[in-house]
Amino acid sequence: MPAPDAHLSLPATLIACHECDLLQTEPRLAPGETARCARCGAFLARNPPDSLDRTLALTCTAAVLYVLANIYPLVGLEMQGRQVQVTLASALHILWQDGMAPVAALVGVTTLLFPLLELAMILIVLVPLRLGRVSPRLAPFFRLVRSVKPWGMVEVFLLGMLVSLVKLSHLATVILGTAFWAMAALIVVLTFAARAFDTRLVWQTPVAEPAP
Amino acid sequence: MTRQLTAREAGLLNCHVCGQLSRAGAGHGLVRCPRCRAPLHMRKPASLATTWALTLAAAILYVPANLLPMMTTASLLGSQEDTIMSGVIFLWQSGSWPLAAVVFFASVMVPLLKIIALIYLAASVQRHSRLRLIQRTRLYRMVEFVGRWSMLDIYVITLLVALVQFQGLATIQAGPAAVAFGAVVVLTMFAAMSFDPRLIWDPIAGPAPSDDHRHD
Repeated sequence: MPAPDAHLSLPATLIACHECDLLQTEPRLAPGETARCARCGAFLARNPPDSLDRTLALTCTAAVLYVLANIYPLVGLEMQGRQVQVTLASALHILWQDGMAPVAALVGVTTLLFPLLELAMILIVLVPLRLGRVSPRLAPFFRLVRSVKPWGMVEVFLLGMLVSLVKLSHLATVILGTAFWAMAALIVVLTFAARAFDTRLVWQTPVAEPAP
Repeated sequence: MTRQLTAREAGLLNCHVCGQLSRAGAGHGLVRCPRCRAPLHMRKPASLATTWALTLAAAILYVPANLLPMMTTASLLGSQEDTIMSGVIFLWQSGSWPLAAVVFFASVMVPLLKIIALIYLAASVQRHSRLRLIQRTRLYRMVEFVGRWSMLDIYVITLLVALVQFQGLATIQAGPAAVAFGAVVVLTMFAAMSFDPRLIWDPIAGPAPSDDHRHD
């Protein structure tokens, strides 16, 4: 298996755009600034202030909200004295029982599993980084964050919840549960966490250092 | 526009995970990023063929997704089958037209426009088109960004089925269109991920120094 030449021979600031492949030098970014490709305008890098601490704080908050969003009921309905409440897991269970296993699996993966994986992987990568322990063994976890990220769709789920509640509001009284608000907060926190996360932090550490 | 060098022309591989550049060796086989160990490719492997296959599969499934019933409502007044479109019409007639617009856009327009956009992108790359490079890159970005919102109807169905379980009064069951529609969303998302936007820009660049990296 041929190994590419040592990357140290290339200038560290030389980067290529992921969308149009143009070579360019990465500008030094002041805190809060964003770099875009000179040719196609693609996002290149951002320098969020105090990235590591803020991302960690927000991700921990998100983890707590994630737990709340999954143990409490999301929404409930009241109809002629009868009440139904569902958690995310029980909704999936009903759909699965209903013979819609592929749909239930898709919903479970995009709203339960992948957001959880993303949070866990970010913590696995960032906590050692914060403690000053850098290990190249963390790289696969971060790669997992990147491949899982597009499939976490909590915000779409929240909008879906709103649509279904409007549809049902003619039929019965709608009750918003604790998990509904936890999920709404989770989306806000996740958005800020993503904005605070400077992915270059993971790589700008010297990986050439052999592990002792 | 002044002539600018791309990573491929310079014989450099750009790591899609960490952005590290490394020189492309002359050898074959799997090359890994020296910094993060991710597999490296000059272009996403079999990008065009994969995009075509997934987009066509999505286009085929788009038909049953829209024609078959998405859900069946059984109540005291009898049972009623709803397709995606009749669900939108119901929302519109019940007065929540902003929501009707959102659902129509997310469930009907977005998948359709996405399939058309992917076909256009793949076809223009195949013809080595040099036109509208920036617009096509923006189109690709939009396709990638907006795709996830088509999942909306799947989530609506999930909650309706789970909530409306009043035996004897009203129950809602998901219909076969839900499976087809879920497949359309997943397939178009994979199609967008397998498309390599750098292929749009390749016709205006020179040849790569090493010619053993296929890109289509």
